[in-house]
Amino acid sequence: MSDLKDLYQEVILDHNRHPRNYHGLDDATQRADGYNPLCGDRLTIYLKIENGVIRDASFEGSGCAISKASASLLTETVKGKSVQEAEALFHRFHDMVTSPPDSPTDFSDLGKLSVLEGVREFPVRVKCASLAWHTLRSAVAAKDETVSTE
Amino acid sequence: MSGALRASSARQPEFDVYRIREDFPVLRRQVHGKPLAYLDNAATTQKPQAVIDALSRYYREFNSNVHRGVHLLSEEATQAFEAARETVRRFLNARAAQEIVFTRNATESINLVAYTFGRARVGAGDEVLITGMEHHSNIVPWQILCEERGARLRVVPITDEGELRLDEYERLLGPRTKLAAVTHMSNALGTVNPVRAMIATAHARGVPVLVDGSQAAYHMRVDVQELGCEFYVMTGHKLYGPTGIGVLYGQEAVLERMPPFLGGGDMIAEVTFEKTTYNELPHKFEAGTPHIAGAVGLGVALDYITSVGFDAIAGHEQALLAYATAALARVPGVRIIGTAREKSSILSFVMDGAHPHDIGTIVDREGVAIRTGHHCAQPVMRRYGIPATARASLAMYNTREEIDALASALEKVREVFC
Repeated sequence: MSDLKDLYQEVILDHNRHPRNYHGLDDATQRADGYNPLCGDRLTIYLKIENGVIRDASFEGSGCAISKASASLLTETVKGKSVQEAEALFHRFHDMVTSPPDSPTDFSDLGKLSVLEGVREFPVRVKCASLAWHTLRSAVAAKDETVSTE
Repeated sequence: MSGALRASSARQPEFDVYRIREDFPVLRRQVHGKPLAYLDNAATTQKPQAVIDALSRYYREFNSNVHRGVHLLSEEATQAFEAARETVRRFLNARAAQEIVFTRNATESINLVAYTFGRARVGAGDEVLITGMEHHSNIVPWQILCEERGARLRVVPITDEGELRLDEYERLLGPRTKLAAVTHMSNALGTVNPVRAMIATAHARGVPVLVDGSQAAYHMRVDVQELGCEFYVMTGHKLYGPTGIGVLYGQEAVLERMPPFLGGGDMIAEVTFEKTTYNELPHKFEAGTPHIAGAVGLGVALDYITSVGFDAIAGHEQALLAYATAALARVPGVRIIGTAREKSSILSFVMDGAHPHDIGTIVDREGVAIRTGHHCAQPVMRRYGIPATARASLAMYNTREEIDALASALEKVREVFC
């Protein structure tokens, strides 16, 4: 089951090669930096939040395929969501990538994000997938600091 | 010492890597259903059966505290512990056994020097000189010292190939330089530095030198008297020995003048509540119960290295490095970071379109263990404008077949990413 194909699905490879919303955001209302000291991944997430709704989201940075694809999928997913919905997604996503590999689960409600389910078979890569989400939370809270996965 | 590194002549006919491999039980393991190709030796080396047996035998037969009891077991433990110190002395060709201080690892050895010798010597406006290819463990202790003392940390730059700018080294050895701390061999690039000449240059200006031998000491013969450095540090677990045991070599006269590092048992001669007088060398620097089993295991590991011989080890490893360099060069998109003329046993590389972390995961599934990341040398990564590299690092038991396994695993990486 813990096949490489579960980890490097075509959607992930595509988002790695062609990350969506990969740019700064001039009218961002908040931003946050994320850093994974284990592998040196760094990314910045920009958000434009109006009346509690994420109107726009983008990111920049460097990292492995998993962290880049996760950030790319995140920006696509959270656009138009309320801050509360984004927070709920964070928890749901976190549950997905940290659930035991052999536990029966259904994360189809996460839609496209569920392509990252294979990460749970690779415990050392969980931080790669969750970096963007931790950074998102930090950006929403508008804490102007670098979050670390450590 | 660079002579010992050249591939050609030194190889002894009796060196048989397959025979050596039989001494290392973990090498028989399968990983993800594939034979293990352990190429992460710069992080830690595997242990021969003799070392594993020595640890077990210590606890089975004569576990006891050292330098204390009058009973037989304590005497045996003390003898074994001090015999290990003598083995380390011989391994480094130090003048006297009291110049060998046991620590936890190279990091602790460097910190010991920074907190005792460094604090006593470095003052406001002074300078400590390091190089641009140091491991974090030979950067951070000096940073802490410099901050505390109002001193300045100076850094010798490196070239695109990963060699030290020796002209800059000479230039930076100034009147305010109180200490130079340089690596014998870079863990991120494989570069072997001309430390003997560097020590002579520093000494000509009255600057003492600490050499970080963490990477060099298991690849080449080290003679501290020939080098002439004040301090040389090593870590046991890279010398085919246990974790948790390290070595600080210090010239006796220098160690004598240094204040103690940690206070406690074993490092004292007499304690009253008014005043404590300190024990003689090396015990002055060994407070508390040491890692006795670790020291015993390290002694056995060094004997093992010596029995194989550095001519044979270096001959094999240099030939394998050349083979591996050629094999990686044939993989499209691979670029080797660190191409110094004098290098040993380390291949750092990046690959077009594939992040080192992804490379590491994919080759692991093929049974190939390599390190990916910044290798605790972030300034080196910054120097080359890359966040990380993949690193294959060799030891005496590695084979061409394992390099072939790495090369075909990298083809799998290409299938996924290119």
